[in-house]
Amino acid sequence: MIGAVFASVVAILLVVAPASQATSPSPTPSPSITTFQNNISGFLRDDARAPIADVTITARSGDFEGTATSAANGSWSIGVPVQGTYEIELDESTLPEGIKLAEGQDNPRSVTFSQTSNLSVIFAFGEGIVVQQQDFGQNLLNRLVAGLSFGLLLALASVGLSLIFGTTGLTNFAHGEMVTLGAVLVFAFNAIGLPFWLALILSLLGGGLFGYVQDAGLWKPLRRRGTGLVPMMIVSIGLALAVRYVIQFYFGGATQQLPFAQSAEIQLGPVSISPNNLWSLIISAVVIALIGIVLLKTRLGKATRAVADNPALAAASGIDVDSVIRIVWVTGGMLASLGGILWAYYRPGVTFDMGSQILLLIFAGVTLGGLGTVFGALIGSIIVGIFVELTTVFGLAADLKYVGALFIMIVVLLFRPQGILGRRERVG
Amino acid sequence: MDFGFIFSSAASELFSPTTAAYALAALGLAVHFGYSGLLNFGQAGFMAVGAYGFAISTLTFGVPFFVGLVIAVICSAIFAMLLGIPTLRLRADYLAIVTIAAAEIVRYIVTTNQLTAVTGSANGLAAFEGGFYAMNPFPAGSYMGMNNRDFFIRIVGWGLVIICCTLVWLLMRSPWGRVLKGIREDENAVRSLGKNVYAYKMQALIIGGVLGALAGMIFTLPRGAVQPANYGTELTFFLYTCLLLGGLGTVLGPVIGAMIFWVVLSLTQGILYGLIESGAVTWLNTVQAGQLRYILVGVALMLLMIFRPQGVFGNKKELAFA
Repeated sequence: MIGAVFASVVAILLVVAPASQATSPSPTPSPSITTFQNNISGFLRDDARAPIADVTITARSGDFEGTATSAANGSWSIGVPVQGTYEIELDESTLPEGIKLAEGQDNPRSVTFSQTSNLSVIFAFGEGIVVQQQDFGQNLLNRLVAGLSFGLLLALASVGLSLIFGTTGLTNFAHGEMVTLGAVLVFAFNAIGLPFWLALILSLLGGGLFGYVQDAGLWKPLRRRGTGLVPMMIVSIGLALAVRYVIQFYFGGATQQLPFAQSAEIQLGPVSISPNNLWSLIISAVVIALIGIVLLKTRLGKATRAVADNPALAAASGIDVDSVIRIVWVTGGMLASLGGILWAYYRPGVTFDMGSQILLLIFAGVTLGGLGTVFGALIGSIIVGIFVELTTVFGLAADLKYVGALFIMIVVLLFRPQGILGRRERVG
Repeated sequence: MDFGFIFSSAASELFSPTTAAYALAALGLAVHFGYSGLLNFGQAGFMAVGAYGFAISTLTFGVPFFVGLVIAVICSAIFAMLLGIPTLRLRADYLAIVTIAAAEIVRYIVTTNQLTAVTGSANGLAAFEGGFYAMNPFPAGSYMGMNNRDFFIRIVGWGLVIICCTLVWLLMRSPWGRVLKGIREDENAVRSLGKNVYAYKMQALIIGGVLGALAGMIFTLPRGAVQPANYGTELTFFLYTCLLLGGLGTVLGPVIGAMIFWVVLSLTQGILYGLIESGAVTWLNTVQAGQLRYILVGVALMLLMIFRPQGVFGNKKELAFA
């Protein structure tokens, strides 16, 4: 029965395999992208947004030097061995006639990786572009909105995690892989030529299916055996490792982009935000509101809350606990999948370990809000998301922005271990 | 396929310094999880504290080897206390989440570019092992097919494993160890006997953490470099696999578990690479073969936990959980 899980996980990913492999060498201007997992990339476009081709760009760090030439669509990418600080130089003699770097554009300039394996560098050209120097208030507002968007997408994943914890007591370390799966499935379905909307729907269904299969093939039998919570936690770690490397096995180590990943920021009142972030904010807010309504207003929601409160009592009062748990797993899988797709646009990029990168932030959100409480997970995730974005405004280095959120979680546990909305008896 | 080479390289993993480091770190986890029931998911963080504590004190402050060693041990003890204060009164899963978060905080801090001058950021630090090899009593030459440096680090690493195993064994059959096992079985019963459960747990956390720090040093010395990428959460999970392979509540279990782990990894790598090179397997490339091994590690961890949680040598009565 447990073997069934692996079989189905592998089966799901087998479907994905040919797709991702067929498209892995996507428009790569530089062959080095296949040898290194980290890359520095960008698009060269002039004033009129027309691409600029055949421009040479060099990245240097220590004794490493990598060069790329921009392709016909203006894209360039340099694979680099380690994340760190690089000096990027655009060879201005290779620019087409009449095109110059805009004023105030440093060349060469020094760039630094933050947590992602892809670093975009933007060179602005021509006279029309004025490099904006944002003032502090403006920056704060922008980061606040971005943080809200990030927090809401974290909330999608953590609401699922929290529901699962509430109904089964399981701290699921494989939730990060459920997040990754959503984005990877969209990429794969899109790569085999399906329309974008269909890829999205199939990916959500795939996420729900993964949740269902996990519960039916693994967790339910373990609950039947009466396996303790700590062993189940360790089993979930094994599952996380296995699924992460299965995804890498088929997907590879490179960063891929979903369709429409590149978008210019738009001005919305006083806030400038990219359309993707705005969509992400709206979609996650709507979905979370729906989940809230279902939980509070419907019979199913009432049953779910009853199971979370006391499974034995819920079973005694006639609620089918197993079917509630099954629905929770399917919903959790779909929510994680959606969170993963939005996370792929937020970063931007799809990688095999993108889910495990935010797993701890999801945990932080859940713990902050109170383990097992759905609305606590929502509030906790929004706090974590905003906190992560705001730390950079207040001078913390970009590559340390997750540290602040994790640190806050530890501090909150010190003073209020049950979290913001949690109840004392759960702490133990 | 050259089976002689595959088996000899697998056999050489038995006593490699990395295996010794894994054995030590897993022994620390045995003290935490096997004997005290503390779910520490941040052993990689303790190893990083040990490795960086030693490397930074050697490179930045120029202290001699043994002072660096003491600094690393003290750092890991402080790290254990910082983790223990907020979490040891809480349920097991809180400790798990806090320790894994703390280990990641350590990794982010040694990776950040803000501290490149001290930690070397993503590139890490190198050339701190001079003081260690200067103490090498073996003159240059060949020792069982190894040069004197490789031989020396193996002697030191496995010597340390033997010493630590003996210490843990003595500790666990002492009255102190019995209290610890009592806490694992029933915390409230021990508390009602008037024992300070919190203090005992803290001591266990520190002892296991110090073992982790020593393991971190043994891990970095033969490489001559310490890099943050080596200390991710996967490392902790591999250590749990070693621990569960051998047996949770045993002294020799983690050591044997680490040996099995590395021999099996080496064997599967050798056989998979051999099959790929000979053309018998075409649906796999060498990069994927590496990933396939880690898929197997994950599956092995699940199956062990489900079907044989006491490990190869463990006693089912000694499990930290029902």
